[in-house]
Order: sequence, then C-alpha cells, then structure tokens
Amino acid sequence: MSRPVKLACRHLWKVFGPEAKRVLRRLGPDPDPAELERAGLIVAVANAELVVHAGEIFVIMGLSGSGKSTLVRCLARLVEPTAGEVIFDGRDLLRASEREMIEIRRHRMGMVFQHFALLPHLTVLENVAFPLAIQGVPRAEREMRARAMIRLVGLEGREHHFPRELSGGQQQRVGIARSLAVEPELWFLDEPFSALDPLIRREMQNEFLRLQALLAKTIVFITHDFEEAIRLADRIAIMQNGRIVQTGTPEELLLAPATDYVAAFTAGAPRARILSARAIMRPVDGSCEFAGTLDPTTRVADLAAAVLEAERPFAVVENGRLLGMVDRQAVIDVLVGKR
Amino acid sequence: MASLALREAHGGRLFGPAAVGWLAAAGLSLLFSLLPPRTLPAFLYELPRDWRLPLETWLSASMAWLVEEAAIGPLRFRDLTRALAAFVEWPLALVRALLVEGFAGSGSPGAGPFAAPVSWLAVILLAGLLAARSGDRSLVLLVTGSLAYLALFGQWPSAMVTLSSILIAVPFGVAIGMLLGIAAFRSARFERLLVPLLDVMQTVPVFAYLLPMLFLFGFGPVSAILATILYAMPPMVRVTALALRQVPSEIRDFAAMAGCTSRQSLWRVLVPAARPTLVVGVNQVIMLSLNMVIIASMIGAGGLGYDVLTALRRLDIGRGLEAGLAITVLAIALDRLGQKAASRGERTRQQSADGLLDRPTVWLALGLAALATTELGRAFPFLAAYPESLQVSTGPLWNELVAWINVHFFDQLETLKSALVLNLLAPVRRFLLAQPWPWVLVLLVVAGHRLGGRRLALTVFALAAFVVATGYFEKALVSVYLVGLSALVATAIGIPIGIACGLSDRLWRVVEVVVDTLQTLPSFVYLIPVVMLFRVGEFSAMIAVVLYALAPAIRYTAHGIRRTPPPLLEAGCAAGCTRVQILRHIRLPLALPDILLGVNQTIMLALSMLVITALVGTRDLGQEVYIALTKADVGKGLVAGLCVACIAMIADRLVSAAAAHTRRRLGLVP
Repeated sequence: MSRPVKLACRHLWKVFGPEAKRVLRRLGPDPDPAELERAGLIVAVANAELVVHAGEIFVIMGLSGSGKSTLVRCLARLVEPTAGEVIFDGRDLLRASEREMIEIRRHRMGMVFQHFALLPHLTVLENVAFPLAIQGVPRAEREMRARAMIRLVGLEGREHHFPRELSGGQQQRVGIARSLAVEPELWFLDEPFSALDPLIRREMQNEFLRLQALLAKTIVFITHDFEEAIRLADRIAIMQNGRIVQTGTPEELLLAPATDYVAAFTAGAPRARILSARAIMRPVDGSCEFAGTLDPTTRVADLAAAVLEAERPFAVVENGRLLGMVDRQAVIDVLVGKR
Repeated sequence: MASLALREAHGGRLFGPAAVGWLAAAGLSLLFSLLPPRTLPAFLYELPRDWRLPLETWLSASMAWLVEEAAIGPLRFRDLTRALAAFVEWPLALVRALLVEGFAGSGSPGAGPFAAPVSWLAVILLAGLLAARSGDRSLVLLVTGSLAYLALFGQWPSAMVTLSSILIAVPFGVAIGMLLGIAAFRSARFERLLVPLLDVMQTVPVFAYLLPMLFLFGFGPVSAILATILYAMPPMVRVTALALRQVPSEIRDFAAMAGCTSRQSLWRVLVPAARPTLVVGVNQVIMLSLNMVIIASMIGAGGLGYDVLTALRRLDIGRGLEAGLAITVLAIALDRLGQKAASRGERTRQQSADGLLDRPTVWLALGLAALATTELGRAFPFLAAYPESLQVSTGPLWNELVAWINVHFFDQLETLKSALVLNLLAPVRRFLLAQPWPWVLVLLVVAGHRLGGRRLALTVFALAAFVVATGYFEKALVSVYLVGLSALVATAIGIPIGIACGLSDRLWRVVEVVVDTLQTLPSFVYLIPVVMLFRVGEFSAMIAVVLYALAPAIRYTAHGIRRTPPPLLEAGCAAGCTRVQILRHIRLPLALPDILLGVNQTIMLALSMLVITALVGTRDLGQEVYIALTKADVGKGLVAGLCVACIAMIADRLVSAAAAHTRRRLGLVP
C-alpha cells in the first residue's frame, strides 16, 4: 500500500481497575495479562498496533468481549487509553487538549453506532443537522446540508419523522447520514448493521459500499461477523481477548492464518470470493496453449465459469509478464473446499 | 448469647440450628414479657437522663447560635436566611396576588385593589386548555370538573391559596432537585455524600422539616413553602441522577463524537433524552408538594390544609371532610395532569399535528376571553368570584351522617374497637415494651448479620444505638408496635388482594384506580373519616395508617404475580399443575422479592403516616416530634425525628436485604 497513513496506534493499552496506569508502568512494556489480572485489573485492549491508510476500509473483527468496541473508542478517544499512542494525521491524539479534541471530532471524525444512538426528541432532519447545530452553523445552511445527506442515504420524504417512527434499517440510515453531515475524513462504524435483520443487513452493506465508492473515506469498521468483514474489508484485524492476533487482507488470513483461532473463522469462509487467481495459480510447465488471460487479482468466483467451460487453462498475466496458470482442477479444488 | 447466635447465623440453612436459635430467642422474648415489673433494673429499658447523649441540647444551642450570632465576616447568617426567604417570597406574593388576593393599589392605602385576582372562570378555562393540549377529552372534563367542584362547594379561596403554594414550590423543587441530581451524576464523590443525606431526608418524618424552618424563618407561608420544597425535592434528585445514568452509553458517546462541549452534551443531548423519566420525577414532586403543603399549614401555609387542621382541632367533621374532599379533588386533578405530561414524551409526528386544540390562535382567543372575564368581573361580580348564594355546603349533611352512624352503630363500632384493642393492640404493646434494649440490639444485629453480613449488622447496630443513646427507646418501641401492627394488618389485607388482582385482569383494572386514588391523597385526609367513626386514640391512628399504607402491598404483589415469565407458566401447565399449584409453586415464589419490596414500602408509608397520626393522639415518637413542634423545641424535634428515621432505615435495610437474599436464591439477580 502506498497510500498515506491516516490513523495508527502503537502499544495501545486499555486496562480497567484501580491504579491501572501505575501498575502497567511498573510491569514494563508488554506484561503478561495473567499478571495484570492478579493485580485485580481487567484488560480490555492489550498492546494493540494497527495502521489504517487513507481511503481504506479497515475492519476490526472479534467476538463479543474481545475488546473491539473498547479499541475503537480508544481510537476516537471516547475512552481514555491507559498507555500508548494514537496517531491521527501524524499527531498524537492523546496529547490533544479537550478543546482540540472537540474541534477534531466536530470537523474530522464521524461515528455510527450499533443501536443508532439517535436523539428521540428530534426529527430525522434535526438529528442529521445536530452535529452542525452544535458547531453553530446557521439553521438554513445546516438544514440544507442535512437534506443533502438524507437524500444521499435515500430517506427523502421522511425528514419530519421521529426516529421511533422508522424501521431499524431506516434509523441506521439516519445514523449514517448524521455521521456524514460534517464531512469527516475518518469514519468510525461500530457494528452498524449488527442490530438489523439479515436481509436488511445485506442491503445496508451494499448501500455502505455504494457510499464508500462515492465518498472514499478512511474507515474503521467494527463487526463480530466474519462474513461481513470479508465482504467489506480491504484489510481485517482479528481480535481475541484484547489482543490483535492477526492483521491482513481477507486472502492473507485465509491462506496463512496466524493461529488456530483465525483458522476457525476462515474455515467456513466463502473461499471462492476471497481467493484470487494469484493464490491458486501454478507454475507453467513447459509450453502450453492458453484459453485466455487473467489478472492475478481476479477472484475465483469471478473466473470460475470461464475456466470451467474452457478446454485449456488460463494464463495469469501481470503487466505483460506471465506469472502462472489456472486450470480446471485448481478451480474445482477451491469450489469443493479442498484448498 | 450473642456469640452463640452469631455462630448459628453462619449455618446458612433455612431450617436447622438457626431455626432452633430463633425459637430460643422468641422464648426468651416471651420470658421478658412475663417478668413482673421492676425485676430488671430500669436502665435496661431506658437510659437514665445523665447517661444520655445530650444531642438535643447541642442541637438547640447550635441552632440558637446560628440564628443569633453566626456570621461569615460582615454577612450574618440571619441575613442569609432573610435573603433566601425574599427569594421565595416575591414569586409567592405574585402568584398569590394573581390567584387569591389581587394586586393592591399602589397609591393611598384603602384605595381598593389595583386589579382583582384572576376570575375563577378564567382559571378553569386555562386549566382546561392545559389539559386539552394532551388531546384527551376525559382529562379536560376531569380537570375542569374538579375546579368547578371547588367553586361550587365554597372551597375556592382556600384551594387557590394551596394551589399558589404548589405553583411556587414545584418549580423550585424541580430546579434544585435537577441541579443536585446533575451534580450527583457528574461527580461520584458528590453522590456518595448526597445519597445518605437523601436517605435521611426521605425517612425523617414530615413534622421534623417544619421545625428548623419555623426556627429560621418564623411562622408564615414562606417557611411553609421552604419546608415543602425541601421535602419534595429528594425524589427529583434521585430521578434526575437515575434518568441521566439510564441514557444509553452510545448516546453519550455520540454527544462526544459530535464534538459537544460538556454543557452542550448535558443540555442538548442527555437531558432531552432523559426527559420521559425526568417528567416522572416532576410528577412526584407535585404530589409530595401537595402532601407537604397541607401539613405545612401548621406553620402558616394556610389554604385547604389549614381548614382541615382547624376542623380536626374542633372535631368539626363536616367542615374537615369538605376541605379534605377538596384536597382530594385537587390532588387527583394535578396528578392526572402531571401523568399526562409524562406520557406526552412519546408524542409522534402524527399525534403532534392533531391535538384537541393546538393552534396558537385558539390559545390567543381563549387567553383574551379569560382576560375579558376578569375585566368584565368589575361590572358583573359573579364572574370574578363565585357567588356565595350558589355555593353548596355538604358540611351539615356529613355532620348529620356521622351523628346518625354514631346513634345507630355506636355499640357495634365500640365493640369492634374494644375487642381489637383488648385482644390485639394491648397484648402486642405490652409484649414489645417489656423488651430491654440490650436484647433488642442483639436481635437486630443477629438479623442484620444473617441477611447482609457484617456491614449490615454494623449499620443496624449504629442506627439502633442512636435511638437508645438519645433516650427515646421506649417511645420508639411504641412507634414500632404501632407501625409493625399496622404494616402487618396492611400486608395481611393487601397481599391477598394483590394476588387476586394478579390473577384477574378485570379485578386489577378496578383495584388499580382505587389504589391510584388512595396514593394521591395527602396523608392528612385519612384522619378525617377515622376520627369521625372511632374518635381519637391509638386505634384510630392504626386504622388511618393501615389505609394509607395499603396501596404498595397491593400494587407490588399484583405486579410480582403478573410478571411471572410466561415460559415458566407454560412449563407448569405442561407438567400438569393445577391452577392452585401454579400459584403456590411458580407464581408466589417468583413474586416473593416483589412482595417483599411492597412490604418495605408499606412499612415506610406506615412510618410516615404514623407521625401524622400524632394529631389524633398517639404516645410515640411522632407525638414527641409534634409536641416539639408546638413548643418550637428544635433539638427535641430533630432528635426525635432522627429516631423515626433510624427506625425507618433499620426496617428498610433489613427488608431490602431479605429481598435481595431471596432474589439471589431464586437466581433473579439483575
């Protein structure tokens, strides 16, 4: 990735309990969690390291209690980390004053919440315009911008409804519109679709991808659903017991799971949608004729039909260079789950 | 003995050595009650005067010092109280002028009022409009009907005095309560400081509020209002802290992410989001204010409470009942109006569009009409003040009714009364009063230890020791006897009714209305019919206490029974349980924690009512407070009041611990 780093954290810890800061400092840079627990502390995030590039969808995946929600709150500094650094555009957020934090959140960050967190006493329009109202943007201007956002998420005509009059999916559209109203550079989504029905969830994921294609924000997306993660992510970080156990593209996780825990998630994943031609190609033996050429990044699901129909294998070519070939057997192996 | 009992307490089983221990304790208590008088030295029943903690003298002296001498630099404490009084006095004078007295002419004295008070018609009209905003036709009828009743039965001026007190006390109570609640929400340390204070404030008997006010601010409406504000505020503090804490953490996070400053986050996000719960607190403040403003007539609040009080003192049942009914009517109207406001938080877009009368033009037109009534009132006096010739008085009717009952049913009532007094009240009283204080302390500590461990045992010990050390142990036993017996009777009546209501929806709908009404009545009102039938004495006091304390026993039991999880009922049916078996083995055990909470509430209400019954002649702690009030003896009043609070807190801690204990045992831990 050659894109610039937007957000990073280093040695980030969040430990709950009395005197957590002092105990953590005493135990050194990377203490054993068991030792912290003996000191009566609860570790929510342990030594987290991550780098998010501009324009990337970075997914943090973990089951409940894995610390993912706390981690994202540390990144947004809603929760004060116990130790470590959070670097946003080259400066440490943890050193920003309260006033500076307010300014950063007002103009450069947005967040979508699992249970929507809409204000029950405000209409859809007022909810979306709320972050602007807080900044003191005049009513006419903020309502204009709010209406544009409402249009963007497809809720025209419902501006004057109250949140409780909307379905869950519609409420989350309001939440999305609201978080986008200040045109943030960094967009946090904390399990935004977890509270929705499966069908609606799928629809909202598509909607989300459509918006991202349009807006190209830097995104930190939290989920407990591995399928959602691989559907949306450029890269995924998997968390377990407060630790990030592996970070990588979906394909990297699938091909080289760092632990059994990661392997357990990838075992049931739709491999054809994740693996690319590069991952399943084999070296070209001698001279042979090809049915056609493939880009190495093409997903198996997209090339399968063509390869299976053709008599001959396909060549995998990058910048005019022959990298390898993909034949029927390789595709069938993926489809039946052999590799 | 104590150590033995303590060791047994560790047994933990429901029956077994512990049960034997309790049996032995009961036997010992019985033995104490059978001892001939003066077998044990007198100091075991009440500490001699020179052993006591001279708290009363200290309190009186420090109060006197506060009023006479205390000063911070040039600012004397007395000036501070005057300033505080002025702060309330001005708005009160304004509202009173509006509703009752009219504005005096600014020119020469005796020039007649500059403007008459708002006419009765205009008040009814405005109240009706307020009710109409909810879009509920029956509420409009209820509110206007209630006010019309007040006019028709000649209670208008007194009712307006009471209403103006409430109109001032409620906003102050709500505002102060909310600010304190917010402070408690923001600072855990402040809350730790505040909560015990609130506990005491909510358990100290109402009379105890009146005393310091009387001392600091003198006799009159201002001290009455201040006492009312102080009394009605604690629930608002609790509700505010709770409501803010209940706002989902995501909403709080959102406020931070939107870049709210802490002030914006509080006033633009948290408080509006907490509004539905906050309005419940406001409603509570209204009801408590009404209750207190009636009682505060003892220190000069005037109004309906004063009418009841004078009627009670003269045993003029008819007048008292009329004023009491007027209070009831006012209370119900205010309560329903407040509840409607509470549920209005759930307004939706459609509903807000079609309220009964929501257009500003309607407001304007009716406002003008109201003004016109007032102006026209000069020409047509009946518009300004409800004409006396059209008033109806039911007083004589009630008096005749009482006379009739007393002529025809005197023997029956008297037999009932003496039978109960001889066979129930007197023996229980004798039994309790025979217990020496060291033994009672031991029992309380053991019970505390069994139910809640060392901490609870210590708390209970400290509270009880306070009562002993201040020399109010015997009076406290009388209070315990009255409250215990009343609470017992109230639960014995209330729980079966509650169970029946839990099983039948139709019955519950009827009983709920009755219970709601019982709970809106200010405690004063209960005294009237009781005195009417049984005259003064402990028996009358007990009946009034039972009536007042009945509601929570019914409500909580019904709630607990109705709340049984349906899967468990289905499981019971599937296992072939009969209806009775389902009730016995499923509904009742699961409802037990709720029922215990109801019992707790019943005890608390009984205690607060007990003090009021000092007016009909009891000889307990309440009477001590009341006497102190009439003598303006601050030290005695406060100490006796604190003793009542101690009893309340002991009962509360023990019963709550028992409820928590059963809840844990049933696996219902929240």
